[in-house]
Amino acid sequence: MTKQERKKASLIFLIIALVFMVGAILADKSSAGEEETIQEVMRDAVLHDMNKVSLFGLMDVNPGLIAGIIVSGFLIIFALICRIFFIPKFTMVPGKFQLVLETVVGLFDNMARGSSKINGFLGAYIFAAGSYIFTGTLFELFGFQVITTSGLSVSLPAPLSDINGAIMMGCLSYLVIMSGGIAGNGIKGIGKTLKEYSLPISLSFRLFGALLSGALVTELVYYYSALSYVLPVLVGVLFTLLHALIQAYVLTMLTSLFYGQVSDNTPKPPKEKRDKLSKQAKDPVGPAGKRTSVVRKHRPA
Amino acid sequence: MTGVPLNIDWQQILLHLFNFTILFGALYILLYKPVKDFMAKREAHYAEMDKKAEQALAEAESGRAAYEKKAEEFEAEAREEKNKMTKEVEAERERRLSQAKDEAEKIVADAKAEAEREKSEIISSAQKEISGMVTGAVEKLALEQSASDAFDQFLDAAEEADHE
Repeated sequence: MTKQERKKASLIFLIIALVFMVGAILADKSSAGEEETIQEVMRDAVLHDMNKVSLFGLMDVNPGLIAGIIVSGFLIIFALICRIFFIPKFTMVPGKFQLVLETVVGLFDNMARGSSKINGFLGAYIFAAGSYIFTGTLFELFGFQVITTSGLSVSLPAPLSDINGAIMMGCLSYLVIMSGGIAGNGIKGIGKTLKEYSLPISLSFRLFGALLSGALVTELVYYYSALSYVLPVLVGVLFTLLHALIQAYVLTMLTSLFYGQVSDNTPKPPKEKRDKLSKQAKDPVGPAGKRTSVVRKHRPA
Repeated sequence: MTGVPLNIDWQQILLHLFNFTILFGALYILLYKPVKDFMAKREAHYAEMDKKAEQALAEAESGRAAYEKKAEEFEAEAREEKNKMTKEVEAERERRLSQAKDEAEKIVADAKAEAEREKSEIISSAQKEISGMVTGAVEKLALEQSASDAFDQFLDAAEEADHE
């Protein structure tokens, strides 16, 4: 393609984009009224008290649960495809796709290994949780539409921006941590885990808050068509990608960290040694007199 | 469920849990375990390769050590043989030298003896001649001439003997 042709193509692309923008603004103005105000959208994103979606006609659920089911289905199909078509063809010197799969599995496996000696189950759990959070958060980018029971069309949010999904993930992570405590220390492990009683709440609400804030910002941006150009590239795509990575990492890291703590069964050092160690930790330089003498010694005349 | 804040719905939490449990099981069976197994298999494969390489290296090292030992032994043997030969050659040389020395000494001694013998022979013959000449001269002097003639005759006779 010559320089002139490239210029021509860019101009055509720009004109098409402008036409779409003008059309969108005109269509927006032509619509007689909003079916939902921004306040209602925001309130529903937080409380999930308005827009419900029917789950196979059995019951009405939040759109987040539907999103969770779709994300799970997508992940299971992806895993199935990998299992049938790619994993049997794995070679000792990995190709690009094999390398990606091995890196992801190895990342969570190493994280589990680094945290605890009993790490078989933990590795599998944080792999599943990390994949679910990452994919689930990215899922909201696609904006799949569902029809609510009231006949409105809503885009599916991230599964964990639903408080129920976030509570499930936080509490399940806490239970996994407790299972690590039991595996490592028996009944004592339950006590160790119960000391961290605030953990399920903090894990749940951290996830909920982080993903909800992302969802709210995205809703806000997409609600006004004037903001729907250029800005979503930053707000929608980049923020969501960052969210997906950060939240997947934070939850898996915290889970493996606490799992390692409660499953650790190495005996504590004797009290005297512990006191000595804590003193050293508090005052690494030494007694104050000694320290001042050192300072004086090096003080210029 | 109006009393629960944020519209938390326990039934939906359980549904989320059910959904995630299925996902966890599927991901574990279909993806995590096979990939991890393969990675473990590869690790074992490379560990085995490493072990074999180490074994081969150890074998090569031991072969090298054995070769070096043999070479050292051979060198020591050669050195010993050389020393032995050198000693033998030295001894032979010494023997021959002493033999030659003895022979030389014998030759010198023989020559000396011969010379002594010749000398003594010459001296004795000269003495005999001198005594003969003296006796002749004395006889002549005593019998025929005076003392001066006799002396002149003696001198003439001596000169003649000297010329001879």
